[in-house]
Amino acid sequence: MLKRGGTVEFVTRGDTLIVKVFGEIDHHSAAGVRKGIDEKLSRERPEKVYLELSAVEFMDSSGLGLMMGRFALVKQYGGSFAVLDPSEAVLKIMRLAGMERMITVLRTKSKI
Amino acid sequence: MKNRVEFTAAVENEMRLLLPSLSVNEGMARAAVAAFCAQLNPTALELADIKCAVSEAVTNCIVHAYRESIGEISIGVKLCEGRLIQIEIQDKGCGIADVKKAREPLFTTDAEGERSGMGFTVMENFCDEMRVQSRLGRGTTVILRKRLHK
Ligand SMILES: Nc1ncnc2c1ncn2[C@@H]1O[C@H](COP(=O)(O)OP(=O)(O)O)[C@@H](O)[C@H]1O
Ligand SMILES: [Mg+2]
Repeated sequence: MLKRGGTVEFVTRGDTLIVKVFGEIDHHSAAGVRKGIDEKLSRERPEKVYLELSAVEFMDSSGLGLMMGRFALVKQYGGSFAVLDPSEAVLKIMRLAGMERMITVLRTKSKI
Repeated sequence: MKNRVEFTAAVENEMRLLLPSLSVNEGMARAAVAAFCAQLNPTALELADIKCAVSEAVTNCIVHAYRESIGEISIGVKLCEGRLIQIEIQDKGCGIADVKKAREPLFTTDAEGERSGMGFTVMENFCDEMRVQSRLGRGTTVILRKRLHK
């Protein structure tokens, strides 16, 4: 079964925005995800942004570009950015790129 | 250092796939290759690695080789004796001027498009061997080899 990527859900709590991405992140789906997030960010400029990636079961290097881009955008307007509960697949490619050293990774669920 | 996979093994099964360079086919390509490789009962981790490597190679054909135009992407998968998988991804696009440089981590010619420059690094690390053959104006062939655990 092909799971479609590019689905994004937003949860706002005060000055905090949680962006939850579902499905697969590749170059094809990244465009839609990026557009959705950037519209929200430019409208609301939340102080804290959490990118929740527990429901992303596939991500390639296009996802790394997406992540870095949002990180840079939030930093630019003075906000803070973190990745929340990355799936094993996401964590693996983030580690390969050394991105864990640049972007804060937080876990709310117990480590697998 | 990684072990070099020697491919003298006999081919047991083979698949060929021809796709136009539409981004919607990135998911299609990796799913099809994974489905074909599944007959060797790879682990979930091995399958995830294969999917990611294929996704990188196919995306490069779409984003870099053909850019604004649409061209043909050819994907060949060979399952060989001894649980060896060889995947060949070929385009007839612009080619790569300096393959050595292109293979370096973080190198990209398309920073504006939010590329990370990590595609070749992913392919190299998620497989046992990666070969890149390219000619300017003629196209690029990437050969990925992975040996599955017994
Ligand atoms: N099939 C291809 N055709 C032409 N150029 C390519 C191809 N694949 C890769 N490249 C070149 O190699 C560079 C590095 O590729 P890669 O490691 O996947 O990073 P990225 O795709 O993020 O730029 C690309 O920016 C591009 O210049
Ligand atoms: Mg790439």
